[in-house]
Amino acid sequence: MSGVRLLVGTRKGAFVLTSDAKRKDWKVDGPHFAGWEIYHAKGSPVDPNRIYASQTSAWFGQIIQRSSDGGKTWETPGSSLEDLKAPDGMPKGESNKFVYDGVPGTHQWYDGTQHPWEFKRVWHLEPALDNPDHVYAGVEDAALFESKDGGKSWKELSGLRKHDTGPKWQPGAGGMCLHSIILDPKDRQRMFIAISAAGAFRTDDGGKTWKPINRGLHSQFMPDPNAEVGHCVHHIAMHPKKPNTLFMQKHWDIMRSDDAGDSWREVSGNLPSDFGFPIDIHAHEPETIYVVPIKSDSEHYPPDGKLRVYRSRSGGNEWEELTKGLPQKDCYVNVLRDAMTVDALDKCGVYFGTTGGQVYGSNDAGDSWNAIVRDLPAVLSVEAQTLK
Amino acid sequence: MIRVVLPHHLRTLAKVGDEVHVDLNGLATVRAVIDAIETKYPMLRGTIRDHDTQKRRPLVRFFACGEDISHEPQDTPLPHAIANGAELFFIMGAIAGG
Repeated sequence: MSGVRLLVGTRKGAFVLTSDAKRKDWKVDGPHFAGWEIYHAKGSPVDPNRIYASQTSAWFGQIIQRSSDGGKTWETPGSSLEDLKAPDGMPKGESNKFVYDGVPGTHQWYDGTQHPWEFKRVWHLEPALDNPDHVYAGVEDAALFESKDGGKSWKELSGLRKHDTGPKWQPGAGGMCLHSIILDPKDRQRMFIAISAAGAFRTDDGGKTWKPINRGLHSQFMPDPNAEVGHCVHHIAMHPKKPNTLFMQKHWDIMRSDDAGDSWREVSGNLPSDFGFPIDIHAHEPETIYVVPIKSDSEHYPPDGKLRVYRSRSGGNEWEELTKGLPQKDCYVNVLRDAMTVDALDKCGVYFGTTGGQVYGSNDAGDSWNAIVRDLPAVLSVEAQTLK
Repeated sequence: MIRVVLPHHLRTLAKVGDEVHVDLNGLATVRAVIDAIETKYPMLRGTIRDHDTQKRRPLVRFFACGEDISHEPQDTPLPHAIANGAELFFIMGAIAGG
């Protein structure tokens, strides 16, 4: 029987929410890793029971967790009982070893001075499209890592961090994070990433070399608002059937590219605010996109205390507000950049989590919403898995 | 045998109880104790000391016989009472709010 599994990362643990295809009754399982921050969890597209999770703590650093049974049980890769009996000696315990390639160098700090690159945490895990043991990690301070052994060890794809513009990258309010990784299903050598606050980048050679793709972005806070890098990109999204079209929620502005990021144009249209964090695309309609407007970068809550998802069925510019089932007064939560997702059922399910601990779901492409759960810790990320 | 108390979050990570025990071959030092813990519980590598530099993580502290020895060189011999298991060696998360 088909169904949906939601992987929810929060400030105090991970939760797994499951439902059948009706998506009306949900089972809540968790917290896993209670008390730890779970920045992100995501399943492999080729083996949905293989899930990777980023578990972090200011005290004890980064941990990578892996499940091979759909989130029922977890292990730190390379530390299982079987690994401990391995004939080649004790495991190295390197599933959380993220070391920059070579001399890390410096990037721009908040005050304009140069600051050393320092690893802090994994923001986003992106399992590869064809191998459950292959996974990418976007980290703070911004860099891209790759594991080809199921998360047991990690190697930096350092061509990105060593790009000539690296010393001009700077942290956003949340740190200098690589938060978005998009793999092109039609061209396995092509990948898109986004960094706050550097911008979006594309590789066409499997991660060896990278190109900033920020032409058309305009950021008033920068000395040169049209600079090649330095833009605070909050999230990017791509529909797998239309991989040359990208949508972006920038700090301010909703942007669209139809040439794989070579140029962008603004499609904010009639939104009440074009500040926000997540942006996502309908599973079956590549021109139907969703955002959650937030009042401003100084007030991280919805305009007028009304939590509204906005949907455009025209790829931007014309937006309709979706409010049925969402609080329309006294609501002052935020929705973070990785906290919106869609399933692939018909009708498309849309889900998002809030900093107030609610996870809202729609089983009719956004026309109506229900709170799946209301009182989790602050939600950092939500990923949907469509189960056959 | 050295008796070590780990902070709550590392106990859950390593799936151990209130106290873990390690045996050392040579001199009992902070470095030797953490080396032994990391060998027995490889999932704890990088959580007490930085993976790359092997320095104590900034928000982790070490206590022996009621003394904060976090800033002692890692090769300083531990007190006899720690080395013979009469007293507990504490690894703690710094009190930093939250």
